Amino acid sequence: MSMGKSATPLGKVRGLGPAGHGGGHWIEERFTSVVLVLLSLWLLFSLMMLPALDRATLVEWLRAPAGAVPMALFVIAAFKHGLDGVKVVVDDYVHAEGNRIATHFVLSMAAIGGAALSLFALAKIAFGAVAQ
Amino acid sequence: MTAPTSRPLSPHLTIWKWGPHMLVSILHRTTGSALTFAGLALLTWWLLAIASGAPAYEQFVAIATHPLGFVVMIGLTWAFWQHFFSGLRHLFMDMGAGYELKTNKLFAVLTIAASLFATAATWFILVGVNR
Repeated sequence: MSMGKSATPLGKVRGLGPAGHGGGHWIEERFTSVVLVLLSLWLLFSLMMLPALDRATLVEWLRAPAGAVPMALFVIAAFKHGLDGVKVVVDDYVHAEGNRIATHFVLSMAAIGGAALSLFALAKIAFGAVAQ
Repeated sequence: MTAPTSRPLSPHLTIWKWGPHMLVSILHRTTGSALTFAGLALLTWWLLAIASGAPAYEQFVAIATHPLGFVVMIGLTWAFWQHFFSGLRHLFMDMGAGYELKTNKLFAVLTIAASLFATAATWFILVGVNR
């Protein structure tokens, strides 16, 4: 982390900002946002187009690759984007470094846990391990 | 980095005259946070309920279709569309465009109008057309 005298303009700003870094995180957040534009519209239109929203219809939909694969990608992208987003909010409002890192840790565990639960449930449905 | 004490503070919310761009900026964060905490919890619960079997799914439907459940679902639908359109505005602004005062204000107002319209349309189709 270079503060103060530095040879290059980049060196002067590297490590600054509330997160202590930023470029990579910023790009990743945009990346998942573009992915989610497509996948969230897919999810919403799929729910609108399904003949009904009862369990049998949903199981049939999520058993087919055309339902299960985009849903898995949606779960991963949504949890990643949500975590990236709330981390930025935390960076702006939690100033003590220890609290900031602890909050990031708790949020990361919650996001990874939630994504794992969702993917497990989805896999169970997709691989036919549930009653129709 | 500990809290910087010697650095000047930016003038904060209370002294600015509110405009649509400020509202939309704050809504982007609040709707994003709501979608992350409430939306992703609902998504996880929904998938687990489908996987668990008919009784679990019936319980999910019973709670979701309670009047309060509709309030939450419609609220999240609006949060989704507001974050969606505001997010598109941000992607556009990330390219360095749309910073002129009038353009910026117009797009901010448009995200609010579009999110309200899309929420109404979504529920009209979900409730009216299919079922």
